[in-house]
Amino acid sequence: MASYKPTNIPVYPKLGEKVTEETLYWKNYKTPIQIKEFGAVSNIHFSPVTPYNFAVTAFTRIHLYGLLSQEPVKTFTRFKDTAYCGRFRSDGQLLVAGCEDSVVRLFDVSGKVALRMFKGHTKAVHVTDFTSDRYQILTGSDDYTCCLWDIPNSAQLNTYQEHTDYIRCGVTSQLNRDLFVTGSYDHSLKVFDARVDKSVMTINHGHPVESLLLYPSEGLLVSAGGRYVRVWDLLKGGQPLVSLKNHHKTVTCLALSSNGQRLLSGSLDRHVKVYNTTSYKVVHNFDYPAAILSLALAPEDESIVVGMTNSILSIKHRKPSEEAKETAGHQRRRPSYRVYAHRKSYVPKQDDYLVSKPVRQHLAKYDKQLKKFNVSKALDTALETWIRGRKPEITVAVIRELDRRGTLKNALAGRDEQELSRLLSFLIANLVDARFAPVLITAAEMILDIYQSIIGQSPVVDKQLLHLQSLLERELDYQKDLLEVLGMLDTMFASSLPKIELPCSGISTSNGLPQGQSTASRPQVQVN
Amino acid sequence: MVEHGDVRVVHKGGSKINFREPALSTDSRFLLCASGESVKVFSTATEECLHALQGHTDLITGVLLRPSNHLQAYSCSLDGTVRLWDFTDGILIRWAKSNRVNIWCCFIYVWTVHLHVCACTELFQLVAVHLPQCGEQLVEAKELSAVLSNISSNPAASAFGREGQYIVSAKPLQLEVYFFKKHKSYSFFLKKDNQKGGKNTFTCITCHPTEDCIASGHEDGKIRLWRNFNHRKEYTYSTLHWHHSAVSSLRFTPEGTNLLSGGVESVLVQWRYNQESQRDFLPRLGGAITHISVSPDGALFCTSHSDNKITIIQSCVKVSAVIQGLVKGDRIRTDLMIEPRSKALVLNGKPGHLQFYSLQRDKLLYNLDIVQQEYIHESGLEQFEVVMAAFDASGSWLATVEERKQKAPELELNLKLWAFDDQKQSFVLNTTISAPHEGRITALCFPHVSDGQTTMLVSTSRDGHFKAWQLAAPAHTEDEGPSWSCDFLGAYHSLVPECCCFSADSSLLAVGFQEVVTVWTPASWELLTTLSQPPGAVRDLCFGRLSCSKYLLGATTSRLLCCWNLLTCSLEWVTSMDVSLLLADPLSENMAAFCFEAGSTDLFVFKPGEPRPLFSHKALCSGRVTHAVFVPREVMLESCDEASQWLNCSHLYFLTQSMDLLTFITKAEEDKLTASSKQLVVSDDVAMTPFHLLLGKHRDQLENPQGSNVSLPQLLQMPAHVLPSASFLCSMFVQSLLISVNKPSEQNKEKEEEMESEKEEEDSDGEMESRISRPEHMPSGESGCAAPALTKEEVRELRRLKKLDHSWMKGLLD
Repeated sequence: MASYKPTNIPVYPKLGEKVTEETLYWKNYKTPIQIKEFGAVSNIHFSPVTPYNFAVTAFTRIHLYGLLSQEPVKTFTRFKDTAYCGRFRSDGQLLVAGCEDSVVRLFDVSGKVALRMFKGHTKAVHVTDFTSDRYQILTGSDDYTCCLWDIPNSAQLNTYQEHTDYIRCGVTSQLNRDLFVTGSYDHSLKVFDARVDKSVMTINHGHPVESLLLYPSEGLLVSAGGRYVRVWDLLKGGQPLVSLKNHHKTVTCLALSSNGQRLLSGSLDRHVKVYNTTSYKVVHNFDYPAAILSLALAPEDESIVVGMTNSILSIKHRKPSEEAKETAGHQRRRPSYRVYAHRKSYVPKQDDYLVSKPVRQHLAKYDKQLKKFNVSKALDTALETWIRGRKPEITVAVIRELDRRGTLKNALAGRDEQELSRLLSFLIANLVDARFAPVLITAAEMILDIYQSIIGQSPVVDKQLLHLQSLLERELDYQKDLLEVLGMLDTMFASSLPKIELPCSGISTSNGLPQGQSTASRPQVQVN
Repeated sequence: MVEHGDVRVVHKGGSKINFREPALSTDSRFLLCASGESVKVFSTATEECLHALQGHTDLITGVLLRPSNHLQAYSCSLDGTVRLWDFTDGILIRWAKSNRVNIWCCFIYVWTVHLHVCACTELFQLVAVHLPQCGEQLVEAKELSAVLSNISSNPAASAFGREGQYIVSAKPLQLEVYFFKKHKSYSFFLKKDNQKGGKNTFTCITCHPTEDCIASGHEDGKIRLWRNFNHRKEYTYSTLHWHHSAVSSLRFTPEGTNLLSGGVESVLVQWRYNQESQRDFLPRLGGAITHISVSPDGALFCTSHSDNKITIIQSCVKVSAVIQGLVKGDRIRTDLMIEPRSKALVLNGKPGHLQFYSLQRDKLLYNLDIVQQEYIHESGLEQFEVVMAAFDASGSWLATVEERKQKAPELELNLKLWAFDDQKQSFVLNTTISAPHEGRITALCFPHVSDGQTTMLVSTSRDGHFKAWQLAAPAHTEDEGPSWSCDFLGAYHSLVPECCCFSADSSLLAVGFQEVVTVWTPASWELLTTLSQPPGAVRDLCFGRLSCSKYLLGATTSRLLCCWNLLTCSLEWVTSMDVSLLLADPLSENMAAFCFEAGSTDLFVFKPGEPRPLFSHKALCSGRVTHAVFVPREVMLESCDEASQWLNCSHLYFLTQSMDLLTFITKAEEDKLTASSKQLVVSDDVAMTPFHLLLGKHRDQLENPQGSNVSLPQLLQMPAHVLPSASFLCSMFVQSLLISVNKPSEQNKEKEEEMESEKEEEDSDGEMESRISRPEHMPSGESGCAAPALTKEEVRELRRLKKLDHSWMKGLLD
């Protein structure tokens, strides 16, 4: 006696984005906290030391935020004009920022007034950074020059006038105190050594350079400009390694995840893309409401901070890890000793003869009804709200099963207004789904056959029927359009394929068929 | 039928076991069922076939226990004989022959001395046969007396009443009761049609064993209980209704407390007699129930099913055993296939299943559920059916196609791919592709990859396309394993592809598009060449193997068999024959072509490179042969005979139109089979156990096997249940072993004329013989007093002997 075989619920391939480990990792952030700043957020920089505050440069201010605070813990407001590029020193004590008024200011994080003012540039300073020995500052300006300054006596050490356009990005080496890289709107990147008077390496990016990034090993340099993100191998004399074109607007900012495995790029097209740094494939994508100007990641990827042109700062914090939650829960659930000993702890010994209990088959509600041949009730249980909404494939599978048994008509008939409208609303929601259409069309035909006599008696049902009709008309138009597109594509494919000359077989000359026109088309859409 | 002296066509396995109602023995240990020309005896506990009672020369139409002797059974056959068997030993006791009537359909009912045989000349007659009591084995039945005439040809429509007082027979709308004592018959008629379109036709009948009550089953699912039928007018009947379609079998339990019924629904219903509202159900037994039978003690029921199955049920609660034959159904949809791992024959069996049938053991191995849906037993309902299946060369993948056709435009198709699971030793579903094609699938084939993994499947369909399916690794890491997806879709001038075939090294794929054969390379999916031989569409394609792999053979509908040479892309030869099936032997270059010629099928076996056929067999069977398969042999034959050489590597099995599984057997094989069976009979007396080998060697050392040496094998051969307890035998047994060595030395010592202890030993020896020989007389049944009582003195003496003998005998042995 075979047991009852439950209704087979087909597993449909998931449409849209595939779930990968990457997406799970990057999706594991809370909903973003949004903070309104005074103007476009041009730069975000994390302090390298705990408590990992971050400096947000927006309009004429620099705000310092704590990692978890939503209010600024400190504000620097002593700028005459728009501030640029607020950056921490590697000990987290000092902060440097450029300004539209060409003055570079150095702040103590605990103080308010600028400790030093470096005057010497003639135009806005967009780039500031500390060298790795912590005593010098690099600046780059719209007057095409970049300078090195000494902090203790605020003197200008060196000036380089090699770029031929605005310098908008630059980065200092963390391993060597004399090396730094600048990028300019003249499409070039230049590597400078403070010990000599000239640049030691020039790399052409091909587009105005917006952002630069050095890998922690400093063997690779990443530059962003135009729609391109390019990676250069510095150890091989600046050879291009890879060029990424995944944004459709200018890429404005770059960041590395804390372990250096992933590269993030933000763009004016409102996306942040995450690349795998071994394969340089996009593994994840974040959407933001406005064009992105700045981007930074907290250590250990604890939060992602993005600044946008509409002066909104968006902070995403990572959700607490599930393992910790689970272990905590497990400890709470552990049963008391007595129960534990009584029920669970008996382990059969090697020679014990085990008498297995017959396993009781668990059936879903609709299967129980189907087993008893209660067709109407089976359909009712399959149309319960949560199944209908969450898992329409179950409802469709039950309808298909009823159809197979030849009892779908019986199940559909004899329903009152409420039940009928429930059925119709399910049809309206799922009829045009290509996966369910073959089954549901049969059911819809039957419903129309059964209930055609009562049309006009209930306004609810009539309204739904009209809705269904308009839905079908729209679907027809849509299909027609699709077929047209398909036809166009076919002609394009046919014209692009080379004609193959077939070898003439000995007797097939007599068969009168023209040769060599195989309608072979390349890999098709996967059916399952 | 035999054309070549040494190659013969023989029936091979897979006979029907559900043709007639099986009989259960009184002790419920054996089950007898008619199976073709023999009666098979099954054990109800182990489901194994114990032996077949052979002797009839035509289809057996009835098996029945002899009421007066519970170890004997009657069987009757279309050859006009009734035979009496001892079914535990498989011996024919007597047989009766009737020359007078030309029996073509018969079944038997037995009551005391009368044997009632339903025989038919032109009109169905129930005939009483009196078997004369004489010692001869062959009896001519002369005393024939017709009891009833014009009865139904279905044996279920006639039954004996209480203690054989009357016999009931049902015709379509009439119930006839004949009383033996009064020699009077009564007839009761039913109206032709009820109001609700119910059909009143009788389908089966049974009688209550102790009361005057007849139960009849009807076409519309009703059961009527007839009472008081010895009056023409005052008869009554009550109606029971549960079945929704025809009741096919009815049976009372021996005490008459319950009535069992079964039908198409495959539910065994148990009605309480006189409390008909109470009933028990045993659902989902398999195919439709065709017969029910009950063992005489009422402990076991057994039901025969339309899918060639007998189910044994313990007291209407639990299915205890299932005896399953080869399911042939009405139609074989899939081809015959061989599973490469177990060499089992695979074809579609039960609805929605593939059956794996062992040809060596003539036993169904298992059924693989392909459709995985609850089967609804309802006539006229369109069900999913397995229509196509294919194995890859190593047996690690199975592809199946199931389809269900509801209305003309709506065809539901599923292509499923199954991977062999080494742990479960079975196929596990890997990928389901719903609606793989828009039209019906016409062919399915895997490439022949000798080593490594198969990663491709090609299917052709009536929608004008062929598709290549590829096993692809999962795109993302969290998907559990590789699955199949579409790799390529090919078409040719919107013609319909009918067949496809891979070349032996899988470098070429030939697809037959009606009149045109297209040859593709699977590596890059380029069309290499086209071949054609108009008019007539290509029906069958086959590449040559081994040295003939350059040839491609095609059979066309215009009665042509063409052979193309692929090196020159030209036609090599063509011959005119109506090929219904073209097959290639996977282990040799041979090909078999079944040709339909003038109402019967001829077989030609040939090599594509040679003009002369290796073997031909005219008029193999009537009708077309559309299913055949080459089965690789386990041991190669080394026959040099030209006509049978093609059978060296493989067997050829084929199914005729009447669903008989036939095969070819060579003379040498046949001789070997008979020889081995003879040898079995000779060497039957001593079992070749390791123990026997040990003892046998021992015995060979002795020249004069006498005394206890003779008794040893007797002791070993004795059935265990008639022997005294082991503790009792142990000392004797050990001593008999010791003595057998001592004999010669004993004689030596006698010469020296020594102690009386030896005499004592002689005595004990004699005693032992008598004791051992005693059990031989015991099978007659007095095993209760098996252990002969020893007197105290004897026991004491024995003990003393043991102590005495031990030391010096050991010295001698060393």
